[in-house]
Amino acid sequence: MSRFWPLIKLLPIKTNFRFVKYAKLFGSLSLLLVIASVFFTVWPADNKCGGLTCGVDFLGGNLIEMSTEPTPVDLAEIRASLEAQNVPDAQVQSYSVPGSDPTGRYHAMARFGNIEGVSAADTINRVKAGLTEDLDAVQFTRTEAVGAAVSGELLTNGIMALAVAIVLMMIYIWFRFEWQFGLGAMVGLFHDVILTFGLFAVTGMEFSLTAVASVLTVIGYSMNDTVVVYDRIRENLRKYKKMPLGELIDLSINETLSRTIMTGVTALFALGVLAVLGGGPLQPFAIALIFGIVVGTYSSVYVAAPVLLLWGVKRGGSSDDAKPVKLGMASQP
Amino acid sequence: MVHLSRWKVILLAVTLALGVLFSYANALSPAQRAALPGWLPKPTLNLGLDLQGGSYLLLQVDVDAMREKRLSNLSEDARQVLSEAGVGVSGIVRDGNGVVVTVADPAQTNAAVDALRQLLAGGVGMVSDRTVNRAGDDRVRYAYTDQALTQMGPTAVDQSIEVVRRRIDSLGTREPSITRQGAERIVVQAPGESDPTQLERVIGQTAQLTFQMVDTENSLQEALAGAVPPDAELLFDEQGNPYLVKRRVIVSGENLVNANVTTDQNNRPAIGFRFDGQGARRFGETTAANIGRPFAIILDEKVISAPVINSAITGGQGIIEGSFTIASASELVNLLNGGSLPAPLTVEERRSVTASLGADAVRAGQIATLIAFAGVLVFMILSYGGLFGGISVVALLMNGLLIIAAMSLTGATLTLPGIAGLILTLAMAVDANVLIYERMRDEANAGRSPIAAMDAGFNRAMVTIVDANLTTIFAALIMFWFGAGPVRGFAWTLSIGVVTSVFTAVLVTQVLLAFWFRVARPKKLPIAS
Repeated sequence: MSRFWPLIKLLPIKTNFRFVKYAKLFGSLSLLLVIASVFFTVWPADNKCGGLTCGVDFLGGNLIEMSTEPTPVDLAEIRASLEAQNVPDAQVQSYSVPGSDPTGRYHAMARFGNIEGVSAADTINRVKAGLTEDLDAVQFTRTEAVGAAVSGELLTNGIMALAVAIVLMMIYIWFRFEWQFGLGAMVGLFHDVILTFGLFAVTGMEFSLTAVASVLTVIGYSMNDTVVVYDRIRENLRKYKKMPLGELIDLSINETLSRTIMTGVTALFALGVLAVLGGGPLQPFAIALIFGIVVGTYSSVYVAAPVLLLWGVKRGGSSDDAKPVKLGMASQP
Repeated sequence: MVHLSRWKVILLAVTLALGVLFSYANALSPAQRAALPGWLPKPTLNLGLDLQGGSYLLLQVDVDAMREKRLSNLSEDARQVLSEAGVGVSGIVRDGNGVVVTVADPAQTNAAVDALRQLLAGGVGMVSDRTVNRAGDDRVRYAYTDQALTQMGPTAVDQSIEVVRRRIDSLGTREPSITRQGAERIVVQAPGESDPTQLERVIGQTAQLTFQMVDTENSLQEALAGAVPPDAELLFDEQGNPYLVKRRVIVSGENLVNANVTTDQNNRPAIGFRFDGQGARRFGETTAANIGRPFAIILDEKVISAPVINSAITGGQGIIEGSFTIASASELVNLLNGGSLPAPLTVEERRSVTASLGADAVRAGQIATLIAFAGVLVFMILSYGGLFGGISVVALLMNGLLIIAAMSLTGATLTLPGIAGLILTLAMAVDANVLIYERMRDEANAGRSPIAAMDAGFNRAMVTIVDANLTTIFAALIMFWFGAGPVRGFAWTLSIGVVTSVFTAVLVTQVLLAFWFRVARPKKLPIAS
């Protein structure tokens, strides 16, 4: 039977990496990245979205996507046409369409505000009329316009969603584990969320509703990964009552390492396909998720687990603290 | 576990059957579906607007503007009825829910109250939405009740939804969805309609039609200079020509029974209309009294035409001439017949996608899903061998089937991010299998017999699986609460996927492994070292 599964032989079944030994190094690196991410997300402070490139979802405004097939798209021409209409805050970029135009040769996207004193609908109509005149053959494939009131609400809702998600995760972890673990999980969670924000800030990928969804998914995945490692640490705490905490953490991470890698690799593979084939709207989404999964996996190994060493965990038979709180499902020895 | 309980096998079989029953229709063409007998359930996936193309409009009902308009109408009504009753008025001021009328001669205050009370007319047993009270020696208060004022908003939104529905139906749009969102918003989703401009033009027009007399007693020039008489207003026509029009409405669109496209004497498109009894009577009386004077036909604060009255129009029928084309005339007729909006609508958010862009997205999604699935399949078999890997692939297949069935059954909308959710679910579903297998391997390597290792593997992994998946469910539920449109689609797909993947990974794996164990009676687990 064993000849059928060569790959797993490549991964040593029993690993013995000394993760904790490098905890200080990676901890400092993470701290540095977190500070950098916060900086790039918040700065410049006078911008409503800070360093993030907010889309029409959150800033309000208009967006049109167009196709100039069969002529390759000329972004300069589109910019000139928008300028001639006195359209404010115009941004033009090419984008790819999965399948028919994977390289983004024929498609462009323009974001712009309303012409002064003109409604959104009329602004869009004027821009479309202008583009139809200036470009040879243009077809409009997507139009979006978000008013100021709605965009404000979407932004508030997005922030609320992230805050509620983090608080809910905290409550869950607090119920499920002792506070020492809860704190560790939080450190890992903030680490992952902040770095994902940093990714959006540094790459300039559009921060939209879909981006919030990707951050929420990263939160879910990061917790998922951390819980698996913590479950094993807690179990080993009961099993090896005398083992030093550092060694015990190393042992637990090593024991769950093949699972961590297996799941991470399948998720990355599936999302990688999506990033390559998804085109236009899905690419940033897939990229953010890939980044989040890599960071989430890294943080459960190098951040969430070793950080327990900072404040230790209660253990030993004398204290009730180390006993897991059971949530319905009983684990039998 | 080896003593496989019968109910687990039955549960699995029933779920599989239901999964097939509620998902098979997706594999058929619409024609094939139509040919199926009617009693067969044939739900299919509901594609979001981003996948099938269409328009999304978020409309805000401007309740404040409507309330403001109604309150300002109160003073018009009061002025009108008091002048008819011969009561001298020295002032009308706005006051909270209504207006306070100051009567010139305090002796006439009671007469003023009586005159104003006529405005409260309603049917027998009808409670009026307004009240008239004496507010001092020479003052009368005429106001909406608090209840009427609070009811105004919700009623206006309900009426607006009805009107919008009628108008969209008149466009012949296929399966539009018109729903209320929050207190004062309406969401219109129209699949297929790739150009929202027409939709928006038709929805956005208030279509308030009124007939008012042109003010010939006062000078238009003076009004243009800023001296507009209190009972008149300055309006413009399409070309920008000004008209000084009496505020009093003779007849409005509410009295319209029917409008139709017709032609005038010069064979140009015009709009024919017919009033109800009340409208006909009022129009007849006014025209009879004003022969030789012009009146204005006004649509949404714009003068369409201002013909001179040649004779009394008593039949309640007539035509409106203006600079119409056949298309604009029939659009206006549809609007008039559909009723006017009680309050102005503003478009807060509009999104539209062409059908071809949607079709591209669906195709890319399908290819990405297939490749991701194939990749996961190969990876699992390479990692855990033909048997254990194969079992997890069977679980994954069943998972896919159940997701499609659950989404079809619940009428959930599959959006572009939803496809991403589906792909992510593939990876997450494998996680449960990986946790179980890794645990079994640990237990087997620790020296347990295959049967004990399998049992312990399942039991121990279950805790972690539930823990880990609950976190994802939390995140998905939050997205569902706070998210809009496509994000909700993602959240819903992810939630369904998490539930079905835990179910299949655990149950399918358990049942298949138990069968294998019974048949093969292995001495050693193939995944153990």
